[in-house]
Amino acid sequence: MSGLWNLETLWFVLVCVLWIGFMFLEGFDFGVGMLLMIVGKSPQERRAVIHTIGPVWDGNEVWLLTAGGATFAAFPNWYASMFSGFYLALFLVLFGLIIRGVSFEFWGKVEDPRWRSVWEWAMAVGSFLPALLVGVAFANLIRGISLDPQGNYTGSFWDLLNPYALLGGVVTLLLCLAHGASFLQLRTVAPLKERAAALGRILMPLAALAVIGFVAWTFGETSHHSPGLWITSIVACVAMIAAAGLGATGRSGLAFVAGGLGIAMTVATWFTALYPNVTVDSNDHAYNLTVFNAASNHYTLVVMTVTALILVPIVLIYQIWTYYVFRQRVGLGGSPAEPTPPEVKAGV
Amino acid sequence: MSVVELSRWQFAITTVYHFLFVPISIGMAGIVAGFQTAWYRTRNPQWMRLTRFFGKIMLLSFAVGVVTGIVQEFQFGMNWAGYSRYVGSVFGAPLAVEALAAFFIESTFLGIWIFGYKRISEGWHLATIWLAAFGSTLSAYFILAANSWMQHPVGYKIVNGRAEMTSFWKMLTNPTVFFAFPHTVIGAFANAAFIMLGISAWYLIRKRDVDMFKRSAKATVWVALIATFATLAIGHFNGQLMTREQPMKMAAAEALYTTQKGPGLSIWAVAPFEQHPTRTTTDITIPKVLAILATNDPNGTVQGINELQAKDVATYGPGNYEPIIGVTYWTFRIMVGAGTLMLLFALWGLWAVWRGTLETSKWFLKFAVPAMALPTIAIITGWLFTELGRQPWVVYGLLLTQNAVSPSITTFDVWVSIILFTLIYGILGAVAVWLTVRIVKKGPDPEVDDAGAAVEPNLHVAY
Ligand code: HDD
Ligand code: HEM
Ligand code: HEM
Repeated sequence: MSGLWNLETLWFVLVCVLWIGFMFLEGFDFGVGMLLMIVGKSPQERRAVIHTIGPVWDGNEVWLLTAGGATFAAFPNWYASMFSGFYLALFLVLFGLIIRGVSFEFWGKVEDPRWRSVWEWAMAVGSFLPALLVGVAFANLIRGISLDPQGNYTGSFWDLLNPYALLGGVVTLLLCLAHGASFLQLRTVAPLKERAAALGRILMPLAALAVIGFVAWTFGETSHHSPGLWITSIVACVAMIAAAGLGATGRSGLAFVAGGLGIAMTVATWFTALYPNVTVDSNDHAYNLTVFNAASNHYTLVVMTVTALILVPIVLIYQIWTYYVFRQRVGLGGSPAEPTPPEVKAGV
Repeated sequence: MSVVELSRWQFAITTVYHFLFVPISIGMAGIVAGFQTAWYRTRNPQWMRLTRFFGKIMLLSFAVGVVTGIVQEFQFGMNWAGYSRYVGSVFGAPLAVEALAAFFIESTFLGIWIFGYKRISEGWHLATIWLAAFGSTLSAYFILAANSWMQHPVGYKIVNGRAEMTSFWKMLTNPTVFFAFPHTVIGAFANAAFIMLGISAWYLIRKRDVDMFKRSAKATVWVALIATFATLAIGHFNGQLMTREQPMKMAAAEALYTTQKGPGLSIWAVAPFEQHPTRTTTDITIPKVLAILATNDPNGTVQGINELQAKDVATYGPGNYEPIIGVTYWTFRIMVGAGTLMLLFALWGLWAVWRGTLETSKWFLKFAVPAMALPTIAIITGWLFTELGRQPWVVYGLLLTQNAVSPSITTFDVWVSIILFTLIYGILGAVAVWLTVRIVKKGPDPEVDDAGAAVEPNLHVAY
């Protein structure tokens, strides 16, 4: 089997779309979580920062769960290899997601500065770990890890921390930070907005540099330079440069869109660099997992395709509705800012 | 300990922990939605106060339920790679659909419910809590369909050494899930009702906010009664189905070592202290009852462990196909025992409601507080029974647990994760309970104005 017109490839694309959804949406959540203590100086300000993502973070995280579930269903061998191979790294991701998830709920429950600070740190560390490790994981899949004939990982935790993978981690970390700063500019009022803007002016160019460096190195890591890889890489770099430029000139709405495109195309670059593999075997590519040898049977893929085609649009509609309901900027108390700033009315 | 044993411990700890909170979330979401509906229709501010008060507790449970659920989603790949490769094309589908169809609804609309009061119309706001409750119940359906497939595989064929799905419909209409789903979800409502009843009783004993908690006590007595009765009734049919599908589990549940015609229901059994006992030394039974319960016939035959073991050896080759009989036997008894106590207690409540003395019957209210633990005990022992009674199979009749584990992980890896998971879960559990107690001690928010509008500008139950 080969060519692009098959269900296996379709599911590879769909899994990529789910990861894009996750990195785009949860990306700014992670960024906001990490920037919480830097942007918010007082408890009131921190409450406002938390409220920018409070209503949406869990819905955003479900994109990750769906990506995981879809990988399990569509590519069981990939799911099994990746998650057992990256055992300790994934454990750290889960650990981060746990402490971060509860911190939203626990933070405001007790008005004691020490209590608050514990959960602020939980939010920051819990956002940092996944933001960093997702990039490390995908870079390792592209670079190759050592596999046995059944597709089980045979290396150690430390093998995963090679320079290319670490750069991959820095990329996702900076992207989340920059994206979070952009998001805060759109959702808060002064002085939070100004602080976020100042951070964005530093973070966005750094993220752009990291993306460019990573993309260039990726061309060195893989010998398979498909047109898809060229397109996604170039768009990723251009979008990030544009985002940095737009941020510097104060056009925060457009900078957010461009940064989001940069994230989406960086994720897409991982996938185009992999295809048709899903995990490269570093020992001469003998046991590469590919979209074909890792996939489920045809029937399962058909069922999943029908379900996804029906459900994904519905999910998108009501998630967009949420963002519409919470479109107003968050004031310092945590409730919507009054009066509505003119630029929100204009729909920026 | 080996990687398999450690992974089993880890899976047991993390799922049991997840399921301490899950039923409370499922049941409370439905009951709180009911309270809010009562407010919407009657405009009586007490209902809104109840909505907000129990809403806060529900959200704590949701928070811990959500973060522990994330671990579940990835553990199959992390610790059970053998399993994942073998069953992924069947078992992965309901998991993916669960996330896509249920988790998105649940999390998105819960977010709107928490923050959206006064930003959307009251009707829409009410709809969001119902949608969140619907989402959590729907998620239970898909995950239980997945679990039921492990208990009773249907709609698949074995190709190249792995299970491949041939009918998703068959999987979703597995007879096992038709019983497991209502038994578990209605049991979840019983659980939430008992907890809300216990909290209401605590206030009534102290004569705090009597007018408000009288309402919730009365409502939850009804829910507790109906839900407990239904759970028990479905449990009975669940047992009959199990007798056919997993005869070994039934025999183990009763410590029935030899096949019998018209066996009695065991009340107290002791077996010799050996690795694999083949008989009981003491077994007090109520004559004929097991035969009636399991087969609807006082002279029906129920197969025994020894015969089933011999039969399994003939089918699957040499090996031991018995679960740990003692654990299976006692977890089953504790579940049924707790359920029986729950029913008696709910009937007592009904009697008090009927005589109009609910808020004054001291003893009933006093018992209501410790009774909060009963459903949790039943639910956890129920799961332990279901899952341990399936051993040594991870997928009944297809895949042994020892072949399901990930080959690439080491005992070191699993020790690290098991210790840290247990630690962090312990801390979270303690914090969640402490916060709940704090919320209860502090008491509900003050009265709302006539329009039901909050004293605070919004529902703000969370942050
Ligand atoms: C009978 C019901 C039931 C059962 C058996 C399980 N769960 Fe669960 N789970 C729920 C019922 C539920 C829920 C009611 O839908 C939760 C609890 C609190 C919540 O917010 O959603 C939830 C949360 C929850 C989440 C987080 C969802 C979110 O972010 O909103 C995940 C990923 C899982 N679960 C996954 C699992 C897996 C993989 C299980 C199998 C071992 C499992 N659950 C057992
Ligand atoms: C939430 C309620 C559940 C509880 C309390 C529970 C409990 C347990 C326990 C105690 C074990 C360990 C048994 C042993 O290792 O001897 C176990 C194993 C397992 N269960 Fe469950 N379980 C639950 C739900 C599920 C669901 C819904 C699924 C699948 C969708 C599932 C799949 C498994 C798997 C794969 C194992 C590991 C293999 C094994 O040890 O048998 N469980 N569960
Ligand atoms: C007379 C009382 C009861 C009977 C006869 C009964 C019967 C059963 C049976 C036979 C199973 C195993 C199903 C299987 O392995 O396929 C089971 C599981 C279970 N029970 Fe019960 N049960 C009773 C009471 C309760 C109560 C009161 C609760 C909780 C409120 C409860 C919660 C559970 C749970 C959570 C499971 C695991 C999920 C499942 O497999 O359905 N049970 N019960």
